[in-house]
Amino acid sequence: MAEYQNIFTRVQVREPGYPGVELPDGSLPRLGRPIFSYWIGKLGDAQIGPIYLGAYGIFAIIFGFIAIEIIGFQMAASVSWSPIEFVKNFFWLALEPPPPSYGLSIPPWNDGGAWLAAGFFLTTAIILWWFRTYKRAVDLGMSTHLAWAFAAAIFFYLSLGFIRPILMGSWGEAVPFGIFPHLDWTAAISIRYGNFYYNPFHALSIAFLYGSAVLFAMHGGTILATSRYGADREIDQITDRGTAAERAALLWRWTMGFNATMESIHRWAWWFAVLTVITAGLGILLTGTVVENWYLWAVKHSFAPSYPSELTIQNPYAVTGGAQ
Amino acid sequence: MKMFNPKLLTLAALGLSAFVVGCEAPPPEVVQNGYRGLGMQQNYDPDRLQASLDANVPPDPIPAAQAGGPLAKDAYKNVQVLGDLTVNEFNRTMAAITSWVGGEKGCFYCHNSAEWELDDNYAKIAARSMLQMTRDANSNWTDHVADTGVTCYTCHRGNPVPKKVWVTDPGPKRASQLAPTGQNIASSVVAYMSLPYDPFTPFLLGDNEIRIIGDTALPTGNRKSIKQAEWTYGLMVHISDSLGVNCTYCHNSRSFFAWDQSTPQRVTAWYAIRHVRSINTDYVQPLGEVLPDTRKGPLGDPYKVSCKTCHQGAYKPLYGAKMAKDYPALYEDNTPPVVEEAAAEAAPAEESVAVVEEVVVEEAPAVEAEPAAEAELQPVPVRMAPQPAQYPPSMYQRPMYQYPPAPAGR
Repeated sequence: MAEYQNIFTRVQVREPGYPGVELPDGSLPRLGRPIFSYWIGKLGDAQIGPIYLGAYGIFAIIFGFIAIEIIGFQMAASVSWSPIEFVKNFFWLALEPPPPSYGLSIPPWNDGGAWLAAGFFLTTAIILWWFRTYKRAVDLGMSTHLAWAFAAAIFFYLSLGFIRPILMGSWGEAVPFGIFPHLDWTAAISIRYGNFYYNPFHALSIAFLYGSAVLFAMHGGTILATSRYGADREIDQITDRGTAAERAALLWRWTMGFNATMESIHRWAWWFAVLTVITAGLGILLTGTVVENWYLWAVKHSFAPSYPSELTIQNPYAVTGGAQ
Repeated sequence: MKMFNPKLLTLAALGLSAFVVGCEAPPPEVVQNGYRGLGMQQNYDPDRLQASLDANVPPDPIPAAQAGGPLAKDAYKNVQVLGDLTVNEFNRTMAAITSWVGGEKGCFYCHNSAEWELDDNYAKIAARSMLQMTRDANSNWTDHVADTGVTCYTCHRGNPVPKKVWVTDPGPKRASQLAPTGQNIASSVVAYMSLPYDPFTPFLLGDNEIRIIGDTALPTGNRKSIKQAEWTYGLMVHISDSLGVNCTYCHNSRSFFAWDQSTPQRVTAWYAIRHVRSINTDYVQPLGEVLPDTRKGPLGDPYKVSCKTCHQGAYKPLYGAKMAKDYPALYEDNTPPVVEEAAAEAAPAEESVAVVEEVVVEEAPAVEAEPAAEAELQPVPVRMAPQPAQYPPSMYQRPMYQYPPAPAGR
């Protein structure tokens, strides 16, 4: 019997390379002959390929490649095309959105226009890839849960870089492309709008994000722990409960008085993941458009506690008459 | 067939985690500077703190000059600033300046050895301007320098040009068509964040608005952008880095803008920013006319002053050592304030108790407010005033503000 009491994958099912079900009429061909890798088999299925790109996939890759090229060349230009400086500063380099003074107009290429173009190509690539996930599911006769979960993530991405900047009337509000720069932007938007800690949608998003991780660990642990009773057939056991489902249910019922089912745990996980990005997007869309200062908003609605101030100080603007 | 014992791996992983997470050696020293539970604290690595304490020791004062005698303006020619000092005090000051500002040439770094009164050397003109700057600081900017004051040594530390100076930074070499963004390059100025690498020119030379956070819950027309927030952020990172403190030295980070939640140090910093601006615009920038190119940056502006020029990693330059009081020439009326060392040390603890008493009885008790700065901190009613009854006064009686003390023997 297969051994599951291990932190690494112990079972590698090897069979002749399987190309997959027949493709519908009009599909492009699958690419590549299947190969097998023992080490990849430690992480997932040992079979690599063939891959189906199709029209959506091909165009998504082309558009994504253009976006990456624009970003990369603009970053290289910002260090005067020096390869050494490019590598040294790679984590700091960025393609910044245009200065706010351009509003929503199309700025010159080298003053933010490239950011707009890179954003267009990247967004197109992502949306084409969404169609790909949708089409692949349909062609395999599957439902489209994955595509809609991905759509939720795209909503968050568009909220940050497209919808909110339009609501604010300035491309300059959007996120730069760059490793550290996008992180500093994240800190800066929280500071500018009075602390995201008091943004309830930020809080919800964190709860769902961390909750997703907890659910993932709980579910993975439960299934592995009951595999010896047949939990590897967990979808079967949605309707045809066996020992695995019963033991798993019993464990959680004994532990916390409530248990998910073989079906509902997957819905829990899907909704937690999807709500992470939906609530995050809402929090972003409300910032600056509806709420100016999240801390003061929390004070106004009486959920920011007040603390004693040990030494009281005066606002020097009040003392010196206001203007700097 | 087991290749290794999984328990061994688990134990090794646990051990490694414990080593990485739990064993910072030596343990950091934590100083609380606000209400409990808010992260209002400063963290110090004892080794680095000791190194900083050792690196920030002032020189011994020069023995006091004999009183009396003729005035410098009567004895020497072309004495424009220090004419009202006695000749003895004048010469003592000159000797002190020579040791503080150094230079291999001694007196002749500034003076013409044949005719001492000549203004034929840019260094002498700069030195006179810097002397006026120091006298201005000690006499008119006590909101920043308190009664501690500054001397030439505070910045110069024995060097003819202070080490921690700045010039307008044209940034790294970029492709010529590319519009500058002023950020996104590895820079020590902003502690290696990707924030704007020259927050000095707009804020410490220009008087651009630093505040970006709106002071209303709902939008009322504040159009400060996130990009502007990054410039302000860059300046704040520089201040934090220069003073060796966290954000929470001045701010309660739950609300950076709110004065009613900030510490008294934020008021000092507010005056400090305006003081540094005044130094750069009134004293340093005009020297651009006389300074040679070796004292200027790539854009032709002279070396200027930032927070780091004086503070050099200490929350108070030289950890608050009171050097200036020994040199009357560093004050515009040639009279240093009377400094009461003991009172200054004990004040913070007394004060925090006093605050509580006052909140309870709602009437200002006669606090013996000796240092001038303390008058600044007299409690006033605030919007977010606490409910005093909920908080036993005892919690305030622990000594607050135990920052590293000035090394003994100052």
